[in-house]
Amino acid sequence: MSECRSSITMRVNGESCTVIVAPMKRLLDVLREDLRLTGAKEGCGEGECGSCSVRMDGELVNSCLIPVLQADGADIQTVEGLASNGTLHPLQECFLACGGAQCGICTPGMLMAAAQLIERNPHPSIAEIREGLAGNLCRCTGFMRIFESVLAAATQVQNPEEDKADHAR
Amino acid sequence: MSTTAKTRIVGAPVPRKEGIDKLVGRAVYVDDIERDGMWYGTTVRSTIPRGRITAITYDPRIDWTEFAIVTAADVPGNNHIQLIVADQPCLADGTVNHCDEPIVLLAHPHKNKLREGATAVRIEYEPLPAVLSIEESERQDLIVWGEDNVFKSFLLEKGNVDEVWAHAAYIVEGEYRTGAQEHLYIENNGMIAEWSATGGLTVWGSLQCPYYVHKTLKAVFDLPDEKVRVIQTETGGAFGGKEDYPSTLASHAGLLAMKSGHTVKMVYDRMEDLAATTKRHPSRVRHRTALDKDGKLLAMEIDLATDGGAYSTLSATVLSRATLHSCGPYVCPNIRVRSRAWATNMVPYGAFRGFGAPQAIFATERHMDEIAAQIGIDPVELRRRNFLHQGDRNATEQLMREPVILDRLLDRALAESDYYAKRERFARENATSPVKRGLGLATFYHGSGFTGSGELYLNSLAGVEVTADNKVRVMVSNTEFGQGTNTILTQIAAEALGLAFGDVTMAPPDTAVIPNSGPTVASRTSMVVGRLIERASLQLLEMLRSGAGLGAHASREEFFAACDRYRATQGEVKSLCHYEAPPGIYWDDKTYHGEAYGAYAWAIYLAQVAVDTRDYSAEVEDFWTVQEVGRVLHPVMAKGQIEGGVAQGIGYALYEKVVCQNGHMANNQMTNYIMPTAADVPPIHVIFEEIPFLHGGYGAKGIGELPHDGPAPAILNAIRDATGVSFNAIPLLPEDVFAVLAARELAEEPAIK
Repeated sequence: MSECRSSITMRVNGESCTVIVAPMKRLLDVLREDLRLTGAKEGCGEGECGSCSVRMDGELVNSCLIPVLQADGADIQTVEGLASNGTLHPLQECFLACGGAQCGICTPGMLMAAAQLIERNPHPSIAEIREGLAGNLCRCTGFMRIFESVLAAATQVQNPEEDKADHAR
Repeated sequence: MSTTAKTRIVGAPVPRKEGIDKLVGRAVYVDDIERDGMWYGTTVRSTIPRGRITAITYDPRIDWTEFAIVTAADVPGNNHIQLIVADQPCLADGTVNHCDEPIVLLAHPHKNKLREGATAVRIEYEPLPAVLSIEESERQDLIVWGEDNVFKSFLLEKGNVDEVWAHAAYIVEGEYRTGAQEHLYIENNGMIAEWSATGGLTVWGSLQCPYYVHKTLKAVFDLPDEKVRVIQTETGGAFGGKEDYPSTLASHAGLLAMKSGHTVKMVYDRMEDLAATTKRHPSRVRHRTALDKDGKLLAMEIDLATDGGAYSTLSATVLSRATLHSCGPYVCPNIRVRSRAWATNMVPYGAFRGFGAPQAIFATERHMDEIAAQIGIDPVELRRRNFLHQGDRNATEQLMREPVILDRLLDRALAESDYYAKRERFARENATSPVKRGLGLATFYHGSGFTGSGELYLNSLAGVEVTADNKVRVMVSNTEFGQGTNTILTQIAAEALGLAFGDVTMAPPDTAVIPNSGPTVASRTSMVVGRLIERASLQLLEMLRSGAGLGAHASREEFFAACDRYRATQGEVKSLCHYEAPPGIYWDDKTYHGEAYGAYAWAIYLAQVAVDTRDYSAEVEDFWTVQEVGRVLHPVMAKGQIEGGVAQGIGYALYEKVVCQNGHMANNQMTNYIMPTAADVPPIHVIFEEIPFLHGGYGAKGIGELPHDGPAPAILNAIRDATGVSFNAIPLLPEDVFAVLAARELAEEPAIK
């Protein structure tokens, strides 16, 4: 077992942090164990399920496949950074309203994939949502409520005032 | 009775009770918990399906003093998991009966040392011949369990089938097979255990049934009730896969905690979870059916066999539900169902959403389409002619007391899918297109709650409590693992108590706090436990009226003031109720006659598929579900239950194949065990027709398992409609379609001279 350790500095959810860890330690484990950000989950450990999805320099990655050395100097966003100042992100609000989360284990990764999707494509079609979320497995919902959540959130991001009026019914 | 009354909260799309915690990443699953000084555990497993253990040796290059090592010899109590029959060792003792059976447990302060340790434990065997299929088991030339390899058998008889064959207009036979299916909850099994000589054992884990785990731990550790405490952590999917297995894992973590003197966490990785934990029972069902000239059922003779694996686990009750669902929602005067659960040396199979019903219904509904084809009747019409109606009796001669609206459900499904126009169009287009489209349906019912007298034996206790800080909490052992338990039970309590949804919470899922309201299985939570919470809430109001002067139409403030007065005199404000069977229920376990279930949910599922004759892929393009599940307690979550179940059913039919080599799962990764993704699922239309059930929580019946019953037969019926070929086994992969269609094409091509 290698004793080699490296100092890794990342910006995580807007805050700079430095950890001294084995350079090949998975980003997922550094987030969960060293930074105690347990939102990202391990479902398969081989990049199939997407429940460990986080955003690294604006790209969606499976954090179980990233040696932390590769994240040195990177900007990382996890589910914990999605809500700001106690206000839920529109995606979180819509997942709550539309039933996008059931058991919740895929939800943190699914939200990050959805955030990436609507940031890149503010008006996604159902086909584009399907493709955008195809790397994130959900065993509970059959995906229908998730598609509806993402569509609703995309609308809300586009027309925030209109949506507020809608919610005030 | 409140079932038809207007409600404020029941039926409203209130937010999921624990929803925000899950959405911000704050919900605590077992692997999210770390403790100072915690050790980590792993399991050394058998690599052969059957044999005697001749030696266990430990590689001297490892410093074993760093490890805690546990074998069967360390079990202080009974080395068996306490299910229906206590035949499954907690740790193998001298013999192994399946691959991946646990033999040695290791714990170490550092997670990354575990793999090295586990590979340095050598198990030597004297291999014994193994039984790896239903067919090998039923030959009985090699007995691997009991006296005859039979875990359980049932004989269900009605009328006299033997007298029918001679004068039937039609006799149709068929054989149908279903494969194993993995639950593939995204959170693997995991458990944390803490032991002290004085306090006993506490476990935290991902599980469905706290009191099942409690029962096993008491036996394995030889401890009294109060020395064992089971706490459910947020559970990332279960689907039946965390009904029985957590008892084993909790025992293992507990043994390591006891041996090491440290808190121990055991969390399986995906490969271990797939290889070692339970799956859906594979089945083989043979049908022989007699009909009159009008297509009315005269006799059904059914032989049903399941592969139970090496230990009995829940095979008896899975077989029971399969048996009771094998005749479908049809009227038939003469029935004989013979069913057997066979022992093999496969990893034990266990509970999975539907619990035997999906296997039985696959066969029955596939067979109905074979009958329709053979006697030349429209498959819709064949079903309609045989539907159960109110006042009819089913296979167990249970009187259908409640309204049965199968005709209405069927009409709705046909209209929503534009069935007849589409079939006509597909027939026209298929003639010239390489993509063949078809429609197929399945009509079925699913019994809610435990079978027969099961709910009476369970004698569930549940209720509500108002704590000293005036928080109302629901007291149940029924757990949340995504299906919505927390939300629907708090809706019911808030509704009945006249409070707001936010006034009611769930008591922690901790056996030190909650009563035993039974396991979270069998589509029983909304109907059976929901009714208990409704009754207990109304009882609480009555207690406050008679004991604390609560007036009629009291405000929220008056309610809590009355709670304070009641607490001052009585000490606590708590109302618990025991299960009471609906009146007129009679069940005979010996003859399998009577009221098999308190209520049935009814459904018509309809699939549209496209089979591409160039690459042999079968794709579900559209899917309609029309069902009657009693009152819908939460419209969004109810839809979510149906859609999720349908997606799993699509996987069961077309994607999910458990490949075994010598009894070990060979494709135990998400890379090669394939479930439907966001790109694969079709639009799933969900339609409810509501008929409140008088004895369910605010009129609810069971909903959770129903949607897994229908997709597979509907899809394979649609494939038959599209291609004209009968496929009678699932999973049906492109290579299976290829094998048949390519052979047919070859036969049709003129021979090259």
